[in-house]
Amino acid sequence: MPERVIRLIAHPGGTTLRRVERDEWTLAAADAPLPEGRIIVALAVWKARRDELLARGSVGVWLAAGEEPAHLAADLASLPLVAVEFPKWADGRGYSTGVLLRTRYGFRGELRAFGDIGRDHLFNLARCGFDAFVLPPHRDPEDALAAFGDFTLRYQGSVDDPAPLFRKRATAGGLQ
Amino acid sequence: MYRYDRYDHALVAERVAQFRDQTQRFLAGKLTEDEFRPLRLRNGLYIQRQAPMLRVAIPYGLLSSTQLRMLAHIARKYDRGYGHFTTRQNLQYNWPRLEDVPDILALLAEVEMHAIQTSGNCVRNITTDHFAGVAPDEIVDTRPLAEILRQWSTFHPEFNWLPRKFKIALSGSQSDRTAVLLHDIGLQLVRDEAGETGMRVIVGGGMGRTPIIGHVIREFLPWRHMLTYVEAILRVYNRYGRRDNLWKARIKILVKSLGPAEFARQVEEEWEATRDSPSVITDEELARVAAHFEPHPYEKLPDVDGEYVQALAESRPFAKWAERNVHPHRVPGYAAVTLSLKKTGVPPGDVTAGQMDFVAKLAEQFSFGELRVSHEQNLVLADVRKRDLFALWQAAKTQGLATPNVGLLTNIVCCPGGDFCSLANAKSIPIAEAIQRRFDDLDYLHDIGELDLNISGCMNSCGHHHVGHIGVLGVDKQGAEWYQVSIGGRQGSNAALGQVIGPSFAAAEMPGVIAKLIDTYIDHRHEGEPFVDTVHRIGIAPFKARVYGEEKEAAHA
Repeated sequence: MPERVIRLIAHPGGTTLRRVERDEWTLAAADAPLPEGRIIVALAVWKARRDELLARGSVGVWLAAGEEPAHLAADLASLPLVAVEFPKWADGRGYSTGVLLRTRYGFRGELRAFGDIGRDHLFNLARCGFDAFVLPPHRDPEDALAAFGDFTLRYQGSVDDPAPLFRKRATAGGLQ
Repeated sequence: MYRYDRYDHALVAERVAQFRDQTQRFLAGKLTEDEFRPLRLRNGLYIQRQAPMLRVAIPYGLLSSTQLRMLAHIARKYDRGYGHFTTRQNLQYNWPRLEDVPDILALLAEVEMHAIQTSGNCVRNITTDHFAGVAPDEIVDTRPLAEILRQWSTFHPEFNWLPRKFKIALSGSQSDRTAVLLHDIGLQLVRDEAGETGMRVIVGGGMGRTPIIGHVIREFLPWRHMLTYVEAILRVYNRYGRRDNLWKARIKILVKSLGPAEFARQVEEEWEATRDSPSVITDEELARVAAHFEPHPYEKLPDVDGEYVQALAESRPFAKWAERNVHPHRVPGYAAVTLSLKKTGVPPGDVTAGQMDFVAKLAEQFSFGELRVSHEQNLVLADVRKRDLFALWQAAKTQGLATPNVGLLTNIVCCPGGDFCSLANAKSIPIAEAIQRRFDDLDYLHDIGELDLNISGCMNSCGHHHVGHIGVLGVDKQGAEWYQVSIGGRQGSNAALGQVIGPSFAAAEMPGVIAKLIDTYIDHRHEGEPFVDTVHRIGIAPFKARVYGEEKEAAHA
């Protein structure tokens, strides 16, 4: 069965479409020949075969939880996709990776989270700049879509909206 | 105190709905036990020996009478009629049912309370001085900045899955009452020469298995940058803190392994890149929040109250109570009062629903309808007219809330221990009670003077035994419960960690061991010298000799 991916698609008017799509990307194993089509390679593969992969096109890179986004800083403009691995349910390193990719390094392509994640991670991942999510096969992505509506407000700024609530409280409709 | 506006209400209501959904998914088998555990912990829900335990946040320890009445109502309806105040200014229920928790949270939300982030590997309830706003030695009232920090850390998207729990304290007075040196981050508020408010930033302190006094990584941080700087610290920690070993995952281990200077350099570098973000606190926001903590409408009173002075002279028990449980206030004619939750025979910090209702009434009658929870597990009425103290004392006595032992040996700080907590190695409450019974002579207690005795049932050190003048730690040896004793620990601005005196003891030996430590002190003390100072002056050897010399056979390796 092809993998499915949850995508957040921002529209210029400010609305965001949330939907489950068939995934066009394949995670390439490090030790096998590269498959056809759109592929996501490990950072080590990218570093070793950068020029070849750039010529090939349709290549994204994935970072393991502890890998430095700084290693990709120079390449981000030419990458359509960066994926970040979440090896364990409670391993939160990738949230900072996402924030750094989006803010420090200005990455504009698809930022994807994959690994041991579920419905209860998605709201915060989206806040940290992720816009694509691949859940393990036993978790239903359709069920998880509701997560993006868990909160309508946020106290603090993050990638999705850098302004904390306190900068809007007075103008957003008056205090009680 | 801080009152919710519609945004705060909406956020807490959405959190209740989210947790209700998580609980339902768990009960329906859609979330596994392993997946649900960290989610419920982020709402303060543990599964304990007897039943679930729910930890309710009391931000910076401040409660209104209305809130306390709701806590009493919940204790009656969903628990067994009591609650337990903790060393981190929270309240714990020991007997709620898992399926009732969403309803309990909904009731808490009605009175602007919650259980958000009272457990789990995220930023926890923020600690402040229980005398904030009234202490004569206060430099800056920490509560407005603590509330701003609370809001910032609530559901922070980047820092919800840290390597380990994360505790922040703010202290704003000369004598520290928050253990600011023993938190993951301690922020000591100061003023610079120009009168500008800022903070000394201390990182990597903590108790637990590896107790460490924190390191100052920045001498002066302008207050506007509190959030941007804490964000930089947390980002460094979230990325580089250890995740392979639960016992080495706290920030103190990262600070220690990098060295405080290198850790500080990394934080400063991160901060340089982010310091001018919209998270810089505005004057308007500080003013908005600070308005919630404006001083109460105090009466103009003479500082010396004739009736109070007369009552002190006429009633020795009242004078004893006033000596220990009444504290100075910055406004003439007022005092702060500790209502002791350390009556012998009652687990330290436990309070019945009836007592909660009673204290709610006392607070309305005597203290502007507000009270505080201290990290020593007592309640504080912070704004009492001196002329009301006698009436307050008489009323408090009727409910067992006037034990005159604040700062004394029987004011034992104690975790729930092996009677309730599934982490504990040993029971702690019966040890506290046995010691309290041994020292039941009030005159002797007052003669012994200042003495903090702290008991933890395990390494997690919820009873803060490392900073007790006498610290007791429950340990497990081949399935039996033993108690390790340390002396010389101290909280405050010259905090120190206690030194272990030697091999541990059986439960029955503990009152005798404490008595020998006290006897040694009495033999060696200079006039007016408290126990802990004597320990620091003469070292632990004389104490050790007394305890083990006479009881070699009872001591075990």
